[in-house]
This record gives sequence, C-alpha cells and structure tokens, in this order.
Amino acid sequence: MTFSETYKDEIVDILSRYPVKRSALIPLLYVAQRDQGYVTESAMKEIAQLLRLTPPQVYETITFYTMFNLKPVGKFHLQVCKSLMCALVGSDTLIEWINAKLGIAPGETTADGLFSLSVVECLAACGTGPMMQVNDDYYEQLTEDKLDRIVSDLRSTGTSPLKSGPFMWPEPLRSTDKVTG
Amino acid sequence: MPRHELILLKNMSEPGYTGSLVDYEKTGGYQALRKTLGKIAPADVTAMVRKSGLRGRGGAGFPTGVKWGFLPKDYQGPRYLCCNADESEPGTFKDRQLMERDPHQVLEGIVLSCYAIGAETAYIYIRGEMVLGSKILEQAIGEARAAGYIGKNILGTGLHVDVWVHRGAGAYICGEETALLESLEGKRGLPRIKPPFPATHGLYNKPTVVNNVETLANLPHIISRGPEWFAAIGSPPKSTGTRVFCVSGHVKRPGNYEVPMGVAVRELVYEHAGGMRSDKPIKAFIPGGASAPFLTPAHLDVKLDFESVAAAGSMLGSGGVTVMEEGTSMVWAALRLMEFFYHESCGKCSPCREGSAWLVQTLRRILAKRGRMEDLETLLDLCKNIAGRTICAFGDAEVAPIQSTLKYWRQEYVDLINEAATANLIKLEPVGTKP
Repeated sequence: MTFSETYKDEIVDILSRYPVKRSALIPLLYVAQRDQGYVTESAMKEIAQLLRLTPPQVYETITFYTMFNLKPVGKFHLQVCKSLMCALVGSDTLIEWINAKLGIAPGETTADGLFSLSVVECLAACGTGPMMQVNDDYYEQLTEDKLDRIVSDLRSTGTSPLKSGPFMWPEPLRSTDKVTG
Repeated sequence: MPRHELILLKNMSEPGYTGSLVDYEKTGGYQALRKTLGKIAPADVTAMVRKSGLRGRGGAGFPTGVKWGFLPKDYQGPRYLCCNADESEPGTFKDRQLMERDPHQVLEGIVLSCYAIGAETAYIYIRGEMVLGSKILEQAIGEARAAGYIGKNILGTGLHVDVWVHRGAGAYICGEETALLESLEGKRGLPRIKPPFPATHGLYNKPTVVNNVETLANLPHIISRGPEWFAAIGSPPKSTGTRVFCVSGHVKRPGNYEVPMGVAVRELVYEHAGGMRSDKPIKAFIPGGASAPFLTPAHLDVKLDFESVAAAGSMLGSGGVTVMEEGTSMVWAALRLMEFFYHESCGKCSPCREGSAWLVQTLRRILAKRGRMEDLETLLDLCKNIAGRTICAFGDAEVAPIQSTLKYWRQEYVDLINEAATANLIKLEPVGTKP
C-alpha cells in the first residue's frame, strides 16, 4: 500500500487544519518518518503530489530541519545536547560514556542497528542536564548508572521508566512549606 | 528564601495538581474567559493588557497590548494568532514547564488573545523535540473543546476559535517570529524582511500576532485580577509582573523560579537556586539566554528587569540565567555558544552565515593554542560586520558571547595566545612593524 493509502484518515485530518495545503508539509513528513524511521524518497514524492508541490520544494524544506532523517538510523536514536548549559554540567562526559559503552561516535550506529548517536544543540532542558533525547523521549540529570539502566531497558523492553514525564523542576513544594505570598 | 507570590507556577506548585481541565477549573480556571467573552469589548481587552504593562516574554520584551494594537482595525478577512512555543534559546526551559504542567492556563490565554485581536484560528508552534508537550497540549485542547471553551460558539457567545498544535522540526531560528510564520507555511524557516510586519502581513499574508507561551499564560490573571494589580508587581512602570527565570549552570538547585521582575541576580542565585554547587565564587553569568552578553560578579546586584539589565550592558531576553563558577574557561564558553549559533544560522544573510563559521574557526584556533594576537582584532572586526547587518536579530545575538568575553576576560584570550607563542607553534611578529 502507498503512503497516502495507509495514512488516508490521518492525512485528511492534517489537511483540514490549514487553509493552505503547504502548511501540512512538516506534519506529513513526520507521518512518513514515523512509518519508516526516516523519510524515503518515494514518500517525499507522494507528499509533493498530495500538496501540489514539486519534489524539490519538499526537498528544500526537509533539508532545512534537523529532525528529519533522510537515511535510516538506529532503532534508538540517542541525541545528546552539547550546548553550553549542558556542557557546564558534564555533557562531554556523557558522550564519552556512550562512546565507551556502545562503541559509537557521533554520527555512527551500532552494528546491530539498535543505537545511533547524534550530538545536538540545546533541547530546552538546561536546568536538568546533562540530558539526551531518545526518539520521542527526554532523559535528564543523567549519571553513568542511569545511562546503563536506560540502555539496558531499551534493549530489553524498547522503552525505559527513567524517561521524563510532564516537566517541572524543581519539583513542587511539599504542602507543609506552602507559599503564602 | 524570600517568598514571592506565584502567579504562573501557582497551580502546578500545589501538591497533586495534574493540569487537567477539572483541576484547572477548581482553581478558577476559565473564569477570565467567562468574564470577558461578550461582556468586555475586544478593544477594551487590548486596553487592559496595554495598561497592565505586560511585555513579551520570548526575548524582545515588546509591549503585548501595543503589538495587538498594530492589527488593522477595518480588515475583514481572517486573522491569526500564533503561540510561539519554539523554546530553543539555550538556557531557557520555562515554556516547556508551563505547557506540560498547566496547559489550560496557556489555552485560556490563547482564546482571550484571539478574542481581543479577532482571530478565529490559533496555531501553537511548538518545537519539534517536545513530543510530550505537544501530546499534552493536544489532549488539553480536546478537553477544552468538549467543554465549550474552544471551537465553535464558545460558551454560547457566537465566538469561534480553533486551536491547533503544529510541531516544528529542529531549527532555532523558527523562534524568530517571521521565520516561525515561514515554517508554519511549510517552507524553510528563513526570517522575512520587516516591514511589512506580521501585524499586517503575517501568516498567509494575513494580519497575525505572534506571542510567547509565558506572555499568553499571563492573560487570564490580568483579566481576572485587573491590569492595576499586574502593573504594581515587579519594577513598574516598565517591567511589570513576574518572570519565570530558568536558572542553569553551576548552581546547587537549578530550575524554574518565578519571581517579580526586578529581583536581583544575587537573590535568584543564592536564595532560590541555593548558591554555587561547589561553593566556588561566581565567575560569570548570562542573564537572559545565549543571546544575552555575559556579565560579571560586579553585576550581581543588577535588578532583573528589562531596563536595569540593558543598562548593565546585557539583556533580560528569555529569562534564561546561566551561572558559571570560578575556573570556567571563558574562551571555551564563548566557543560553545558560538558553535550553537554557527549550527543554527539559517544561511539567508551572508554576514551571519559566513561570519559565524569564521568566528568558530578563530575561537577554535585560539583555544587550541595556535592563535595569534591579531586574532583578537579579527574577532572584533567580524562581530562589527555581523551585528546590525542581518535581517533578523540573530546576527546581533551571535556576537554577544564574543564581544562580552573579550570585554571582561580579554586576558584569558591573551594568555592562550601567549602560550601558543611560547610553545613556538607560531612565530609572533608585532603587527605593523615590518620593514
């Protein structure tokens, strides 16, 4: 089945949100990436057709944004923030740990195709660094021990309970020291 | 620790608060909307916001009510509100918390803003990496739609507002409002030349307002408690209300702290964030995200409001306060930020695209102890030729780390270059004395 047949309902829903079709481009590219792990050339062509764009118009857009993969990546894409705020609290060490444990440098994938490592810029988690994003999830305040658990959880179950929930830091005060104004 | 009344973080600071519609309504949520729709004229809502003194919380600090007032009064076609949730300024992580912990506070602000400016469609442009945040918002929109706060005929008043979440895809520049609009139109996120401004030619060339998440979250409180109440908080008359400051770096308790504008950096760092993690003295701090010039311990008593921080030679920006302890290499810190700007330069303007690469290369050379004394002049010359010569503020931002570290810690650069000379890596010759 083609991309547009498989995701017919979702495509209709996405298109209904915008008065101009081209606005649906990034949302549709996300659907394509979810499907294959990266955006294939045939998906780009189909999306171009759906939106009445030329394939180069799709290509010029997709290449601007870092979150789209144009090539297959590992099942778990480790993206470590290296911007100043994370670097101040040890992101370079985190990259070294990953390198030592998984044997991959930034831009590389493990031989079993499970893990890819990328080094990225600020992910808006500066108070809880060092941190990384793995696929859709954030993992923050990382230590070597936490990293080991995350890697082992990902291998065995495909996810890890150590991932971040709705963000708040510092965590709410206890009811005993309530702010009175 | 000094206790200040929380406004934006109040609900989520209550134990057990989940951010659901039920929880939000229990705290008085959506009462501002009920009080406003059909009862206060849209122009009067704008007037209230103007009177409150609310200024944009995304970085530029433009007065919100004034921005709304720029929309053409007699224009009959569609208008749009874009909620800027592309939080990407290094050092900033407040919008993420506001959206993930109390999404309805943001949504109520969005509907109020739409009412004031006459928009029937709002897009929340959220940075692509925040997948959880986008799901939480989608769910909250679903709840609000079912309860009649969003959608057709809101609360029976005949007002329609649709709200959609639109994920970006990893580009810092899309936080710049015109780049955001380009991106939302499905194109490369390249900033537009202004004028025309989004107020007249925005999304799809229609009148558009772009407001930051935290800015919008303030609206329900301004309406409920009155603009006079809001205008008295902080450092009136020009910096009113609270700010959610994001403290990061070498402090004991990094995190988001909501305090009235005008609180001194010293209080924020030593009282709220618990002081320095290893009790070393502060060497440097950035008061408002990566785009704000570095400041020194001599500036610890500077009040965190728009005017005071500007007078000290930096900017309040996005509220990201990053603190560095004694021992941090400032050349290294400048390089880390410069690498960020180099990576994120959209490439539209040559001074920024090429200049950022040269700045990174020069800094790397100095840090690798292969620098030359004239590199310092090269750095400053490059900065001078980037700032003010690009179509968006990115160019001004990217020179901030270099200009400010050269201003306050020039000796560190000189020492690294002298080390290079001692190591005989490069033979130094005094400039201008050659026969």
